[in-house]
Amino acid sequence: MAILEVQNLSKWFGSSEVLQDISFTLEKGRTLAVIGASGSGKTTLLRCLNFLERPNEGRILVRGEVLFDADERSRHNEQGIREKRLHFGLVFQSFNLFPQYTALQNVTLARRLMAKTRGEASREVLEGIRDQGLALLAQIGLEDKRDHYPHQLSGGQQQRVAIARALAMGPDILCFDEPTSALDPELTGEVLRVIRGLADGHTTMIIVTHEMEFARGVADEIMFMDEGVIIEYGPPATTLDNPSSERMRRFLERYC
Amino acid sequence: MGFWDVTLILWGGFQKTMLLFALTLVFSLPLGLVISFGSMSRFAPLRYLVKVIVWIVRGIPLMLQIFIIYYVPGILFQQPITERFNAAVIAFSINYACYFSEIFRGGIQSISRSQYEAGQVLGMTKSQVFFRVVLLQVVKRITAPMSNEVITLVKDTALARVIVVVEVLKEAELLASRGLLWPLFYTGAFYLLFVGILTLLFGYIEKRMSYFKA
Ligand SMILES: Nc1ncnc2c1ncn2[C@@H]1O[C@H](COP(=O)(O)OP(=O)(O)O)[C@@H](O)[C@H]1O
Ligand SMILES: [Mg+2]
Repeated sequence: MAILEVQNLSKWFGSSEVLQDISFTLEKGRTLAVIGASGSGKTTLLRCLNFLERPNEGRILVRGEVLFDADERSRHNEQGIREKRLHFGLVFQSFNLFPQYTALQNVTLARRLMAKTRGEASREVLEGIRDQGLALLAQIGLEDKRDHYPHQLSGGQQQRVAIARALAMGPDILCFDEPTSALDPELTGEVLRVIRGLADGHTTMIIVTHEMEFARGVADEIMFMDEGVIIEYGPPATTLDNPSSERMRRFLERYC
Repeated sequence: MGFWDVTLILWGGFQKTMLLFALTLVFSLPLGLVISFGSMSRFAPLRYLVKVIVWIVRGIPLMLQIFIIYYVPGILFQQPITERFNAAVIAFSINYACYFSEIFRGGIQSISRSQYEAGQVLGMTKSQVFFRVVLLQVVKRITAPMSNEVITLVKDTALARVIVVVEVLKEAELLASRGLLWPLFYTGAFYLLFVGILTLLFGYIEKRMSYFKA
């Protein structure tokens, strides 16, 4: 069964329909790369999945459970949304680390607060959270930077910490919104390597990216969006190498 | 009267100055935060009401507000007149809360929405995002303008003498009315010393928060 099922999602901003009837499924452990020109709705799609925007129509299902249904307004109270959005993680283009916390604190903060909210903040639990944070920093190769503050880290290092921070919540599906677009070219490699490592470890991911070679190498599925519509969806071998639509061919000519 | 006697008299008045200063801060800081939330409310009528109040309080002289708080309740409700010192504390607290609220609002709105969203997608509650992510960044950004206001407050307390709260400058005026003029100028030393201590304190706060950039 698909881990993620998006059904007929639509999103309007005022009178413009930024997402039009978006439907797709993603299998567990797969990586989906979303490509498309700027303004085609990629960010909005990720924001809808993470409950930062409310779609006007459609449904979102994870493991068969309906997380969002535009027709059921009553169920979207704050606490409900907070629990549901934990199925997803989001890595932002601009990292958005918390500047007053160290790398390790950035990774562990949300878990610690959650333990407190649930009244489970015993010493063992907090130590477990800390150990998990250290393990995640080791996984992204930054254990020696655990006491550094964001402004003491390079952009690439900050983005890797942001990835660890998202992983700490154990999301079913990890979303990336152009994770390397804000980085100098020589820093993109280290971030892409971490993402590739996650793909090898079968983390389910949705990655919005302009790095075509990276997308081809890491993605099981490619989604090409244009003006809020999915134009192509399928494995790289068909979508990138044999695009059936004229729009995709023109897009690829420009980017590759 | 000798130097030492005058110093003791002025010190007595300055204790009142400092008490007025401290009580004003205790009340106006939280009140200012509440007002700043009101001025950012999504509920438009509340937002406009708060903006009108802030406009009035910042728009008329503090001295006049002291008179209003002191006299108007008595005139309107035949209440006994508010105790002088309490009236001063109330007037100062309301006045400074409105100025603080604008500093708070500017500081809170200067934090990028992406910081809130980063907290939200990690499952934090709204109050956790505010108190654990946003607040310290706001505090860091508003330390400099706050130090300005707080130092201004030290000197504004002298206005309380218009309803005969006998703070340090009023004590000196009383001495002057009896022909002893120099204590009037001597009060400056008390203000300077106190402002000097506050300046050091704010410098310390700024330094304590220099470990991060926001
Ligand atoms: N909050 C918003 N309000 C109004 N329009 C928006 C908003 N966010 C995005 N848009 C519009 O939606 C369209 C898609 O934006 P976006 O999802 O950011 O595209 P992409 O990430 O593919 O560049 C754009 O035309 C953009 O101007
Ligand atoms: Mg985008």
